[in-house]
Amino acid sequence: MAETLTHTQTEPRPSGWQGIAADWSSDQRAFKNVSWGKAMMWIFLLSDTFIFGCFLLSYMTARISTRVPWPNPSEVFALRIGGSDIPLILIAIMTFVLISSSGTMAMAVNFGYRRDRRKTAILMLLTAALGATFVGMQAFEWTKLITEGVRPWGNPWGAAQFGSTFFMITGFHGTHVTIGVIFLIIVARKVWRGDFDTGRRGFFTSRTGRYENVEIMGLYWHFVDLVWVFIFAFFYLW
Amino acid sequence: MVDITPADGIPPAEVAEVELYHPHSWWTRYVFSQDAKVIAIQYSATATGIGLVALVLSWLMRLQLGFPGTFDFITPEAYYQFITMHGMIMVIYLLTALFLGGFGNYLIPLMVGARDMVFPYVNMLSYWIYLLAVLVLVSSFFAPGGPTGAGWTLYPPQAIMSGTPGGQDWGIILMLSSLILFIIGFTMGGLNYVVTVLQGRTRGMTMMRLPLTVWGIFTATVMALLAFPALFVACVMMLLDRVLGTSFFMPAISEMGEQLQHNGGSPILFQHLFWFFGHPEVYIVALPAFGIVSDLISTHARKNIFGYRMMVWAIVGIGALSFVVWAHHMYVSGMHPYFGFFFATTTLIIAIPTAIKVYNWVLTLWRGDIHLTIPMLFALAFIVTFVNGGLTGLFLGNVVVDVPLSDTMFVVAHFHMVMGVAPILVVFGAIYHWYPKVTGRMLNEMLGRFHFWVTFLGAYLIFFPMHYLGLMGVPRRYAELTDMTVMTESAHHLNSFISIMAFIVGFAQMVFLFNLIWSIRHGREAGGNPWRATTLEWQTPQTPPAHGNFGKDLPIVYRWAYDYSVPGAKEDFIPQNMPGSFGPSREPA
Repeated sequence: MAETLTHTQTEPRPSGWQGIAADWSSDQRAFKNVSWGKAMMWIFLLSDTFIFGCFLLSYMTARISTRVPWPNPSEVFALRIGGSDIPLILIAIMTFVLISSSGTMAMAVNFGYRRDRRKTAILMLLTAALGATFVGMQAFEWTKLITEGVRPWGNPWGAAQFGSTFFMITGFHGTHVTIGVIFLIIVARKVWRGDFDTGRRGFFTSRTGRYENVEIMGLYWHFVDLVWVFIFAFFYLW
Repeated sequence: MVDITPADGIPPAEVAEVELYHPHSWWTRYVFSQDAKVIAIQYSATATGIGLVALVLSWLMRLQLGFPGTFDFITPEAYYQFITMHGMIMVIYLLTALFLGGFGNYLIPLMVGARDMVFPYVNMLSYWIYLLAVLVLVSSFFAPGGPTGAGWTLYPPQAIMSGTPGGQDWGIILMLSSLILFIIGFTMGGLNYVVTVLQGRTRGMTMMRLPLTVWGIFTATVMALLAFPALFVACVMMLLDRVLGTSFFMPAISEMGEQLQHNGGSPILFQHLFWFFGHPEVYIVALPAFGIVSDLISTHARKNIFGYRMMVWAIVGIGALSFVVWAHHMYVSGMHPYFGFFFATTTLIIAIPTAIKVYNWVLTLWRGDIHLTIPMLFALAFIVTFVNGGLTGLFLGNVVVDVPLSDTMFVVAHFHMVMGVAPILVVFGAIYHWYPKVTGRMLNEMLGRFHFWVTFLGAYLIFFPMHYLGLMGVPRRYAELTDMTVMTESAHHLNSFISIMAFIVGFAQMVFLFNLIWSIRHGREAGGNPWRATTLEWQTPQTPPAHGNFGKDLPIVYRWAYDYSVPGAKEDFIPQNMPGSFGPSREPA
């Protein structure tokens, strides 16, 4: 897949803006040393950013234009632990778990490029486990809110849009995490089996993969984490 | 990989060739094909098929408008359903799919000198999800309550209320689901087109040597990847409003004297999301047309395109500007006057890059060796039609003029001229131009000329009177006018006249379809390069191009796409992959 030939770097390329201009006015590739797969993932993430952006903007519009009170997040998202209400405790743990999974993902990418198959696969599975934990805690949070009477069409404390935007946006993000977990497991299996060394072809695409796939997977994963930071800030901290 | 001497100035290959997927059976070769050319034909055929449905719907609408009260089966509800489905199909399932999925898939790999799209498997999935979207859309015709009649803009709250056909039945649900599927499928294809243009070009093919067709499709695809998310979000939210009873777009509202569950939503939010997609969509359809028409004019006038770089930057500029003009569709929504002022300004600024393009087309024709071939006729018709539609755009872009004209037939006439007729003329021109490459045979000349003149003149006879009706205040989206006094006496029969013209133009399209099918077997043999064109798709070793497009070695590009009538050259065209110097080329340095 877009394997770079060895004789490309014969003359030094200019750096900075001149380098960008030179690359874009050159033939073959606008982003030198960027493979097809990586370019495709970046452009997909750009498109996905617009989806999350539209979701969050719609949420903000609903929140600033509502004429009934918006439920107080510190109270709604509090857990009663040891006799006292601790605000945002669950969401703090969830955020911690998800950000940690970005760390393990970055380590997996590193070990992937070192061709350490075992460590790469284990770290990817650990990332997947952290992601699954996140989704599990989200399911717990949803259950708690639903038992307290929050529904997409209304809730006991105020604006109906609280429940609708909450379930929609966290649900859409949770779907992203779930898809990520599935693909992490698939890529981890490929790494473990040594597909990227033996040149085994993909079941669907009948193409050979490379260790760069771990990094491309990582791009997606970091993106999902980054989006969560925005959801966290706009939904729970506002 | 052949290495060439540095004197040619062509850098060596940066990436090794990718092994293509080789089909093993009839199924993987022609049905579940990963070859962009087959996918392109699948896309085009599906889009044409669903487009025919939309054509029939327009006939039904014209039956009602031209001869109100004559046809019992066209109830006002049915009329709304026809209008909605006609608009949605034509804009999204026909034009978008045909330009990007059809022409994009066929032309991008061939024109940039690639063997295929970068990820053929994802490309194949793109088509099958598109087909699924079309099937879901078609299924709404057979669902209880029929398809949605909300108008193609699907404005809430009416779109999901019981007074609108399909609002509380299956219609709106199937429509929204189909759009969501379309966007998912399109994204898969769109990522392929963008990455192929950016990262999959052949040696010597710089961005500034790309044919303008590729520039148009490329920019439109980038725009679509950024604009469709807004529609996706709007569809998801409306689907939740309809199915789960949320209130994203639904204010407190009562229906038949009964208070609905909804409360506190914003219908205006939907309009913003919809038009943040909807306006770029106009240019998603127009930019590929701009690109293709530039190539048609240059090829058939045997002259280099005038101001190539300006043309490229105009395409990019129009693409960027189209993201900051969306609220000019919402002047009557009660927005702040300063808002209207801002959006009117940005809207009118778009006239500058578009005018640059029109001038450059005309200057390309200036003193050219104009061959009035059928593609050229369609290209010329496009320029005229686009200018006509663009001029009425100046009326509608200004707030004070738009407010009285809003929701009249004037608007209908305007957008049909500028984004209906104009792009479809390019589609026809492009089909007459590239059909010989796709099939190896020419389309029948006589039928083609008949098709052109009836379509071109007929379209004007349909839509010019509509402007007039609109100026008199005839509203759009009315199944029947009970009070004819808004029109002057002399205009009373205009609607019947328009309807008869619509049937005639529609009939001409049947002739065109017959021509398409008949010529596959009986057309004149075309040879590899019947138009003596310079771009890479005409230089393939086989016609139609085989799997992998370019034989053993990929072509190497030595010049831009517009070396026509170079003084001193033996022929009046120099293919892009022809090495050597032939005289004063006009390629920008």
